[in-house]
Amino acid sequence: MRRIISILMENEPGALSRVVGLFSQRNYNIESLAVAPTEDPTLSRLTLTTEGSDKVIEQITKQLNKLIEVVKLVDLTEGSHVERELMLIKLRATGAQRAEIKRTVDIFRGQIVDVTSTVYTVQLTGDGEKLDAFIQAVGTMGVLEVVRSGVSGIARGEKVLSL
Amino acid sequence: MELLSGAEMLIRSLKDQGVEYIYGYPGGAALHIYDALFRQDDVKHILVRHEQAATHMADGYARATGEPGVVLVTSGPGATNTITGIATASMDSIPMVVLCGQVASHLIGEDAFQETDMIGVSRPIVKHNMTVRHPSEIPQLVKKAFYLAKSGRPGPVVIDIPKDMTAPNGRFEYEYPEKVSMRSYNPAVRGHAGQIRRAVDMMMNARRPVIYAGGGVVLGKASQQLTDLAHELGFPVTNTIMGLGGFPATDPQSLGWLGMHGSYESNMAMHHSDLILAIGARFDDRVTNATDKFCPGARIVHVDIDPASISKTVQADVPIVGPVDSVLEEMRSLVRESEEQPDQEALGAWWKQIREWGQYRSRYHYEQNGDNIMPQEAIQALYRVTKGDAYVTSDVGQHQMFAAQFYPFDKPNRWINSGGLGTMGFGFPAAMGIKLHMPEQEVVCVTGEGSIQMNIQELSTCKQYHLPVKIINLNNQALGMVKQWQDMNYESRYAHSYMESLPNFEKLFEAYGHVAFTVTRREDLEPVLEKAFAMKDQLVFVDIYVDPYEHVYPMQVAGGSMKDMWLSKTERV
Repeated sequence: MRRIISILMENEPGALSRVVGLFSQRNYNIESLAVAPTEDPTLSRLTLTTEGSDKVIEQITKQLNKLIEVVKLVDLTEGSHVERELMLIKLRATGAQRAEIKRTVDIFRGQIVDVTSTVYTVQLTGDGEKLDAFIQAVGTMGVLEVVRSGVSGIARGEKVLSL
Repeated sequence: MELLSGAEMLIRSLKDQGVEYIYGYPGGAALHIYDALFRQDDVKHILVRHEQAATHMADGYARATGEPGVVLVTSGPGATNTITGIATASMDSIPMVVLCGQVASHLIGEDAFQETDMIGVSRPIVKHNMTVRHPSEIPQLVKKAFYLAKSGRPGPVVIDIPKDMTAPNGRFEYEYPEKVSMRSYNPAVRGHAGQIRRAVDMMMNARRPVIYAGGGVVLGKASQQLTDLAHELGFPVTNTIMGLGGFPATDPQSLGWLGMHGSYESNMAMHHSDLILAIGARFDDRVTNATDKFCPGARIVHVDIDPASISKTVQADVPIVGPVDSVLEEMRSLVRESEEQPDQEALGAWWKQIREWGQYRSRYHYEQNGDNIMPQEAIQALYRVTKGDAYVTSDVGQHQMFAAQFYPFDKPNRWINSGGLGTMGFGFPAAMGIKLHMPEQEVVCVTGEGSIQMNIQELSTCKQYHLPVKIINLNNQALGMVKQWQDMNYESRYAHSYMESLPNFEKLFEAYGHVAFTVTRREDLEPVLEKAFAMKDQLVFVDIYVDPYEHVYPMQVAGGSMKDMWLSKTERV
């Protein structure tokens, strides 16, 4: 089952490589990874998505907790949560396609953030499935480049991951 | 406040931490530190002949005392030579602090002379590692390193020290911190009371219980608590190879050790049990055999300081995260208060069954092969000569298994072996580390002619610092365990499991200023050992030519359950 694990860790050099190293060391998978400092500059928030049985996920969270720089972590998929990913996608846009792409972008509630006479760059946020669906929808129109941020997530309601 | 250089602060921090000896080898990036070491007398340095040996010396000391061993090496090859020793300590949860020189900060990343990314190289095999980014951080980092190494589940910690951090011209206010706290690191201080109560309820209702005690009992200094609890309950106890001595081996409730080469009765008792009380053990593959066939009727209580060890390979029914000593203590008081008692009739029947297994196959079983000295009888002779009270280190292979089987340990911290990583070359330097700190104690390394040659250069260190350890070489003229596997799985095709050109050990030891004896006849075995151990001030090597055909038994059948064993070359149960 796919899981979103959200980690609060010391914002120190080497901390990220310890998390990533753990996954290769113990033969776990990382599907996506997003990391940045939080409002407290001494802490980083790292969100990763991974796949595994309950047993494997339990081991992953225990092993992550063992890393000295990891302060706290939560498996967001255990409760209701919001997940978002940001995608920037560059599309060939000429002639009649320009209007068609614009319509599709509107349907997906994306934004065109850069325009040339032949290219649109589109910004889209949503969960992974929505981003996949957009690529499929415009697929025939010539995707030039795709960059995705990896999943970020947060629990719904009062639940917070903080010190 | 005193003003000190980075190098001086490093050495002073060690002194204030209570470190008496460090083991190491100098080199360019560590020279400021070595200079500071030279200008004081509190922290003594032992110059090894290879950095790997420094880590094993520190490790041996740590295993015998529970205190972190300290290593000092230079950058690049000095640092990478410690890797095997760090991994050895890591696998067995041994506290150790490794101080590594590094090229100066402005050179890092430029492939400078003797530069290695030691933080990156050591990352998977340390509990933690740290780089010094400013000299004034040094006391804090040293304190942190010792705290991390020793607390919770112990392990090795590396500090990488760029050369400019120890330069003599910088001066900084020195104060050694009293204590250190980290918001991200809080090892459990006691087990969950409700879980402990549940465990005790299960113990009271068990009909076929076994206590399975690991190295955590030794590391957690909980032997007394374990022994008391076992006596109060009347439960059988089996130790892992890391836990030997955690429960007295000559106690009537001891079943010997368990697993791949464990005793028949231990493995049978485990397989047929209805309750396993696992204390400071980690259900290693060398214990469980195939996990899907592991102890089908048993419910499992698992006590460990490390939550990640629980339900890693075998699912626990009652997990208890906490220090083993306090958890066992709480269990004891609940047992004493309890109105229930374990069913004595069921327990009696269980013991009867266990004794039958013990009679079917004695724990200390082997057969003679003509006039050959059997490796097992060499260990038995060693036990008699040392009155069962020596610190015994071992290398890795058949001799390690024979020593563990035929030298029953009644006290913790006496059996020193590389159980997790299986590092050949470990035993001799480990013995040196113990002898250095405990000159009055008998310290003996049981080895083989393969293992001893992996760190034999340390004979020179022993001469320099006068470390009269005893080395018992079970010489079967082969890499015995490899050969055993080749006999069993590769139709005796001995691919590189023998050595054609063994040195003349007597001359070799003599060349280093030590003594060596050779034993080829059974009647000489004990007298020569007596003679060797009577030479208190000499390092003595006893080269015992043993039967070259012997295998270690019992041996679990690969892919089977705990009860599936070879008991001899021909008998499989």
